[in-house]
Amino acid sequence: MDFVQLVVSGLANGCVYGLIALGFVLIYKATEAVNFAQGDFMMIGAFVCVGLTNAEYMGLSFWLAIPLAMLIMAALGYAFDWGVLRHMSGQSQTSIVILTIALGFILRFAAGTIWSHEPVSLETPFAGQDLRFNGIVLGIDEIAIIVVTVVLTALLFLFFSRTKLGVAMQAASQNQLAAYYMGIPVKRIQSMVWALSGAVAAVAGILFASKGAIDPSAGLLGIKAFAAAAIGGFGSLPGALIGGLIIGLVEPFSSRYGPPGVSQIAPYAILLLVLIFRPGGLFSQSQKKKV
Amino acid sequence: MRFVFKTSYDADIRWFKHGAQMFWYAILLAIMLAVPLYFMATGDPYLLGEFTSVLIFAIAGMGLMLLTGQTGLVSLGHATFMAMGCYANVLLLNAGVPWLISFPLVGLLAGVFGTIIAFPVLRLHGVYLALATLAMSILTGDFIILGEAWTGGVSGIAVPDISIFGYGVNKYANPYAYYYVVLAVVLIVLAFYRNLLRSPTGRSFAAVRDSEISAQAMGINLTRTKATSFFFSCAAAGLAGALFGHNATYVTHETFDVVMSITLLLMIVIGGLGFIHGAFLGAIVVGLIPVLIANGRSFLATTFDVNINIPGLESAMFASILIGFILFEPMGLYGRWLKIRTYFELFPFYRKDMFRRQKSYLKTERVK
Repeated sequence: MDFVQLVVSGLANGCVYGLIALGFVLIYKATEAVNFAQGDFMMIGAFVCVGLTNAEYMGLSFWLAIPLAMLIMAALGYAFDWGVLRHMSGQSQTSIVILTIALGFILRFAAGTIWSHEPVSLETPFAGQDLRFNGIVLGIDEIAIIVVTVVLTALLFLFFSRTKLGVAMQAASQNQLAAYYMGIPVKRIQSMVWALSGAVAAVAGILFASKGAIDPSAGLLGIKAFAAAAIGGFGSLPGALIGGLIIGLVEPFSSRYGPPGVSQIAPYAILLLVLIFRPGGLFSQSQKKKV
Repeated sequence: MRFVFKTSYDADIRWFKHGAQMFWYAILLAIMLAVPLYFMATGDPYLLGEFTSVLIFAIAGMGLMLLTGQTGLVSLGHATFMAMGCYANVLLLNAGVPWLISFPLVGLLAGVFGTIIAFPVLRLHGVYLALATLAMSILTGDFIILGEAWTGGVSGIAVPDISIFGYGVNKYANPYAYYYVVLAVVLIVLAFYRNLLRSPTGRSFAAVRDSEISAQAMGINLTRTKATSFFFSCAAAGLAGALFGHNATYVTHETFDVVMSITLLLMIVIGGLGFIHGAFLGAIVVGLIPVLIANGRSFLATTFDVNINIPGLESAMFASILIGFILFEPMGLYGRWLKIRTYFELFPFYRKDMFRRQKSYLKTERVK
C-alpha cells in the first residue's frame, strides 16, 4: 500500500517538474533560447494566484483566480520577450542564458518584496481532503495535479497539431528565415510562445502551491525541471513530461529505499548520466551538424 | 591619431602593441605594487583585504574567461574546480607538504580533474554543456558532505597558513605579505594567459569559438583543443580556489555553491567576454557592489534618516546591472572602453556602426 502512495505522490511531483520542463521546451523549440528563469516564472505564477485568492489579499474565488493568474503570467511572458529578448536577436546563446539567470534573481527579489519570504500556502477548495479506499489514502490535490497535467498536455498537443497558430509556431521554430518568407510574423509568434509558456508556468505554480507551501526560493525547483527537460531531450514536449515523471518517481523511491543523501543527488546524477551516454536525451531530435 | 605600422609578422603577436601601451601597463604595475604602502601608512588594512579578494576573483575569472571568452564553452560549474583546488590544498598542507610545492600541484590536480570531467561532456555543446556543469556544481556540496573524512563535511575545515621558507603569511596577521603573494600569482597566471593567446594553441581556441566547422576544416582537433582549454581553465580556477581558502581561513560545504559559479559567469560577462581585461573589470564590479550598497545604506540612514533593509537587494541590483549590460553593451565594460578609445584615436572619423555585429537567423539542427 505504501508503494501506491509513493507512486502517486511521485507522479504528482513529477507532473509539476514536467510542466515546468514543458515551459522550457516550448521556449527552446521556438527560439533556441533556454529560459533559466522558468522555475521563477512558476513561483511568480503561484504567488499571483495566492495574491488573488487568499483571504488576506484579494479573496477572489479560486476558479476565477486560475484564469486570471494564467492571463497575468502570459502577459508577463509576452512583455519580457517583447521588451527585452526581441532586442537580443542574433546574439549568442550564452548571453540569453545569462540574461534569464539575471531575470530569475530579479523575480525572486520582487516576489520576496511583495509577498514576503515566509512560506505561504494556497487556499484551495480541496485542501486537506483525502480519498480513501482499501486502506490507501490519496490526497485529492495529488490526483487533481495528475488530472490537470494530462488534460493540459492533451490541449497543448491539439493546439500544436490542429490550430493555425500552433503550426505557425512549429514553423518559426524550425527555420526562422523560411518562416519569414511564408509570411509568418516570427517575432510576434515568439512572444506568443513566451506567453504560452508563462501560462503553463502559472498552472505549474498553482498546482505546486496547492500541494504545499510556496516561498520565493521555490523557483530553484526549476533546476530539477532542467534535469527533466534534458532527460527528455530538450526538443520534445512528451519527452519533457516523461523526464519530469522519471525525476518525480526517482526522488521518493530513492529516499525510501536508498541510503541517506541519495535522494538529493539522484536527479542530477541521472541528468549527468543521460548527458554523457545519450547527449541528445532519451527522445533525441538533433542530428550531427553538416556543412 | 596613432598609426601602428606593422612591418613584420611578429608585430601581430608582440606583448605590447606600441611603446605607450607598455608605459601605461608599467604604471599600473607600479601602482599595484605600491598599494599596500598606502595602507601601511594609514594603518587600516580593511580595504586592502577587499583588494586582495578582488584579485583572487580575477584569477578565477581569468580561468573562466579562457574557457568561455576564448573557447566559447559556457561553464556554470567553475566553483566546483575552485572547491577542488581549495580542498586539495588544505589536504596537502595538512599532510606536511610545503606551500611552494602544494600550490602549483593544486593547479595541476585541478586541471587534470577538470579534463577528466570534461572528456565525457565535451561532446555536448551550448546549453547541454551549461546544464552538465550546472548539475556538477549542485552536486559539489553533496560530495563534500559525503567525503566528510577528508573535507570535514558540514562542520567545515580550517585552512592552514601559507608558509614560504618558514615565513608565515596569514591574512589577518600580515595582510600586506598576503596581498603580495596573491599579486604574484595574478601576474604569473596573467603572463601565462597572455602567452597562451599568442601561441597556436590560443589561436585554435579562438577558431573553435568562432566556428567549430571551419576550425575542423583547418585541421584543428576539436576534442583535444577543448580539453586543453578545460585543463588550463580549471587549473586557474583551482589556484584561485586555494587562495580563496587562505582568504576565508575556514571553508564548509556551502562555500563553493552554485551561486558562486553563476557569479563567476556573470562577472566575466559584465567585464567583457573575450578580453583578459574583462576578468579584472568584472571582478572589480563584483567586489565593489556590496561595498557600495553598504555605504549607500549607511549614507541614507545618517543623512536622510531612511532605513532601507530589503533582503536580496544586492543580487537584484547585480542582476539589473547585468541585464542593462547585455542589452546595451554586450561587449561589457572593456568593450565600452574600446569604443571610447577608438572614438578618440580616430577622432573625427569614428562611426556608430564600427562595432556592429552581423545579424544572424536561427536555423535549428533539430529536424522535427
